[in-house]
Amino acid sequence: MNIIWILMILFGMLVALLSGKIEIINEVLIGDVQEAVVFAISLTGIMAVWLGLMNIAKKSGLITSFSRIFRPVIKLLFPSIPVNHPAISAIMMNMMANMFGAGNSATALGLKAMEELQTLNSNKKVASNAMCMFLVINMSSIQLIPLTVIKIRADAASSLPEEIIVTTIFATTVSTIVGILACKAMEGRKS
Amino acid sequence: MRIFNMISIFAIPVMMTTILIHGLIKGVKLYDAFTEGAQEGFKTAVRIMPYLIAIFLAVNILRKSGGMDYIIRVFLPITRPLGIPSEILPLAFIRPFSGSGSLAVLKDIITTYGPDSLIGRVASTMMGSAETIFYTMAIYFGAVGIQKSRHTVAAALISHIAAILASVMICRLLFR
Repeated sequence: MNIIWILMILFGMLVALLSGKIEIINEVLIGDVQEAVVFAISLTGIMAVWLGLMNIAKKSGLITSFSRIFRPVIKLLFPSIPVNHPAISAIMMNMMANMFGAGNSATALGLKAMEELQTLNSNKKVASNAMCMFLVINMSSIQLIPLTVIKIRADAASSLPEEIIVTTIFATTVSTIVGILACKAMEGRKS
Repeated sequence: MRIFNMISIFAIPVMMTTILIHGLIKGVKLYDAFTEGAQEGFKTAVRIMPYLIAIFLAVNILRKSGGMDYIIRVFLPITRPLGIPSEILPLAFIRPFSGSGSLAVLKDIITTYGPDSLIGRVASTMMGSAETIFYTMAIYFGAVGIQKSRHTVAAALISHIAAILASVMICRLLFR
């Protein structure tokens, strides 16, 4: 991450300098960075709602019964998570929110899942196998109905905006399976 | 389409109601439990902020300077033999870095080549099947203080490439 980050900045600066557009650096500093803060703040509300609901679900025992249903799948993907651990329900709810395209809810639940996984992690600075697996599944995004894309296509006067639902589900399934296999294959490596 | 829309709109309210009703039946003090949990939301938002800022900074410098276009050009000779239309490469490259950026690129591709062209369909499929890798990693790992991400980047990129190839393949297969 450290290397990628500095390479992105330096290469961008270099191109901006060579093409005589160095003023975009200031533009980014003033405008776009602020966007990050606005986004984080705007996430606070939805974050608080889901953490509040999760706390209710924890106390009512819903989380326990929920994770019991998904135990076989979880055991296969995340063998290191103990049975009935709150991480399981956070992961499952994150996946569901992702599936239904509720981006901000998914982020909130995903962060909760990461915190739970961190409690199980032996080295707090190094990602555990479960964390890597969770992120890879999360990033290959199992979204059932890509609403934003359909909207863009409809706006562009597509004759059948939703025809890409099937292709998207196919592509997303392939990428998720490939991601899981790649993750499993590399789990043994230390760094 | 209407059914799909309905499912999407109802999914979250159904999840919420299920949790609340179940809590009610089990006699949980709903209001107290909710506010107790909600407190954590603010801590998390503040914790992810530095990571968000770092990513926004780097991505936007790279994108607005035009540096991204140069990186794409380097990869053209590799992707052409694979049957990937070069028009969708900007999207394939921006997707791992920026959600809003890739949405803008998708809009551009669709208006230029038409939503019902092969390029338009491949781009739409790709958009829905890949995720913003670096941004997600930054905030998820950042929030819990992980510094070494191990094989996450490699596995995520492999999965991303699979998404691109699968999108091209299925669209070529299904449409004409």
